[in-house]
Amino acid sequence: MSGQFDVDELLSSAQIIVCCGAGGVGKTTTAAALALRAAERGRTVCVLTIDPARRLAQSMGLTELDNSPRAVAGVDDSAGGSLDAMMLDMKRTFDEIVLTHSDPQRAQQILANPFYVSLSSSFAGTQEYMAMEKLGQLKATGSWDLIVVDTPPSRSALDFLDAPQRLGRFLDGRMIRLLLAPAKAGGRGVMKVFTAGLSVFTNVLTRILGAQTLKDLSLFVSSLETMFGGFRERADQTYRLLKEPGTAFVVVAVPERDALREAAYFVDRLSEEHMPLAGLVLNRVHRSAIERLSVQRSLAAAEQLDEAGESPLASAALRIHAERVTAAARDRHVAERFHAAHPGVPVVEVAAQSTDVHDLDGLRQIATELAAGVQAA
Amino acid sequence: MSDFPSVKLHVVTGKGGTGKTTVAGALALALASGGRQVLLTEVEGRQGIAQMFDTPPLPYEERRVAVAPPGYSGRGGEVYALAIDPEAALIEYLEIFYNLKRAGSVLKKFGAIDFATTIAPGLRDVLLTGKVMEAATRERRGGGRLYDAIVLDAPPTGRIARFLNVNAEVAGLARMGPVRQQADSVMSLLRSRRTAVHLVTVLEEMPVQETVDGVKELADADLPVGGVIVNMVREPLLPPGDLKPAGAGKVDTAEIDRGLKAAGLDDTGTLIDGLASEVVEHAGRVLLEERERVALHELGRPTYELPLLTDTVDLSSLYELAGRLADQGLV
Repeated sequence: MSGQFDVDELLSSAQIIVCCGAGGVGKTTTAAALALRAAERGRTVCVLTIDPARRLAQSMGLTELDNSPRAVAGVDDSAGGSLDAMMLDMKRTFDEIVLTHSDPQRAQQILANPFYVSLSSSFAGTQEYMAMEKLGQLKATGSWDLIVVDTPPSRSALDFLDAPQRLGRFLDGRMIRLLLAPAKAGGRGVMKVFTAGLSVFTNVLTRILGAQTLKDLSLFVSSLETMFGGFRERADQTYRLLKEPGTAFVVVAVPERDALREAAYFVDRLSEEHMPLAGLVLNRVHRSAIERLSVQRSLAAAEQLDEAGESPLASAALRIHAERVTAAARDRHVAERFHAAHPGVPVVEVAAQSTDVHDLDGLRQIATELAAGVQAA
Repeated sequence: MSDFPSVKLHVVTGKGGTGKTTVAGALALALASGGRQVLLTEVEGRQGIAQMFDTPPLPYEERRVAVAPPGYSGRGGEVYALAIDPEAALIEYLEIFYNLKRAGSVLKKFGAIDFATTIAPGLRDVLLTGKVMEAATRERRGGGRLYDAIVLDAPPTGRIARFLNVNAEVAGLARMGPVRQQADSVMSLLRSRRTAVHLVTVLEEMPVQETVDGVKELADADLPVGGVIVNMVREPLLPPGDLKPAGAGKVDTAEIDRGLKAAGLDDTGTLIDGLASEVVEHAGRVLLEERERVALHELGRPTYELPLLTDTVDLSSLYELAGRLADQGLV
């Protein structure tokens, strides 16, 4: 049997909370609810969201896209806390790095390079780097007791963890040095600077990309070169930050096979990396307050009424109940399987909501449920 | 009669959690019925197809995963599956298009494979879409199985336009050369009448909003929007007249009490309030679903509905869903 997930204890001690999980499991809502509760319990909190639902974003004042945190109105500050929120602007974060880490002339050169424009705004994967970068920046300001991060809707939740290492591997790679070579040689043509062994390689690249493209790419990489070092150092730093005692990961899932499988991957990965897992939030769990009225009895009664042509409302109510108890039983079963495989992971459940959350009251309600710590199974 | 008779490549997208992979599988089965050969592909490395068809993880190889009922010809249709791995696709691509037999190992040695498939994720998407195009445009001569239709279990709605449009991005970057030609031909297939991008959603606010946004983004990128597939639709349980009042919190508890007693349930007193609040929540959700349905209807796209399956989705339920798609004219 797994322990209770003490959410309030987490909210009063953590400095960074990272919410992760598969897409569509309510990560953003969970992150926002945790941040709001921590703020109303007296902490100075910033929540970094990636892709909030429109109405939730509006209710948190996230309509101004200036890529920096803004105070959320309507937060109860009687305990002395506050809540700032921001939505990550991937391109802008990237642009800011370029502007901070290169001289103005070079920066303009980079910002105008077609490869840069493409990389910074449209290619998938950049978002993870930038979320990590922004987290590092926010932490470095020291303005908040607690930063809650919502991770990007990645292909896999693990992408977020892997982004900095991939970057490191890339920068250490021979590929990047090769791409740098022609530019360093002052554009004397790609082929001349390579020895015979390497020419096979460039030959291949030239045939695939075309000489002009290779030259563009090479120039792009070389103009980024100076920045890469700093970028990588900070990515490493942020990665280390994620391993520090003040950091806690909250894995978010719903009681469905795929979402829990993803959650399980993440739980295993965090323990491999010695990263602190606070617990699992299981959203959208079906429950019924009157489960003692069984599915079988409800359906039998409903059929009896239907046959007699009596009380369609009561019959419908019984069928609604049967559906709900069935869903509750299925959810419990899926959750139990997760417990069995990961007995040490504390779990907290949040009941399925009949409507979506789009205001602070809705977030508060979810947060209350999280803190009440209804223990699964 | 199919709503998409000219389409050979069916791209299926949807927000996470809407059952996009299940719908892609059902669509492949539906397309295969009547003796056709269908290739179902995935590109996100999740091995969702193998799980769905209950087979071991798929290698980078076209494997038969299911048979469909035979048509008039008596020949059974077949669904093949392929999990497209960008690294393998790149090496294959180099061999086929450039006749660079040993290029793969050279590039690997220099970290270029890693570069192409992870660090430059745009290239990754080019490779993935390129492989799909290769399967979709095979001809009689030359290698490979010929398919009547290809179904792509694509990245989620939030990324779909970017994913499919990546070749246009690359075409903008690589001004000439073979990559440019490849990118151009992928784009011309994707933008043609031979392709349709179907969006899977459920009747909830965020997935519907993403669907509406996705349709717009696809249209803006000149990509052909196909149908909207509403998944996990629940049967209406309340009598129509009771829906609105219940949504406003008004439930005739006396009526429920009478009904329970008539059905022979004894301890009704303690059940009434519980049942009434479940009815109210149910009505609230049904009313929300109706609003979302209107929003989808306003898109003016052909719309198909699939029921919520109470059990875990298994192969037999996939056949059931395939039948529903065919009945509604998607294939």
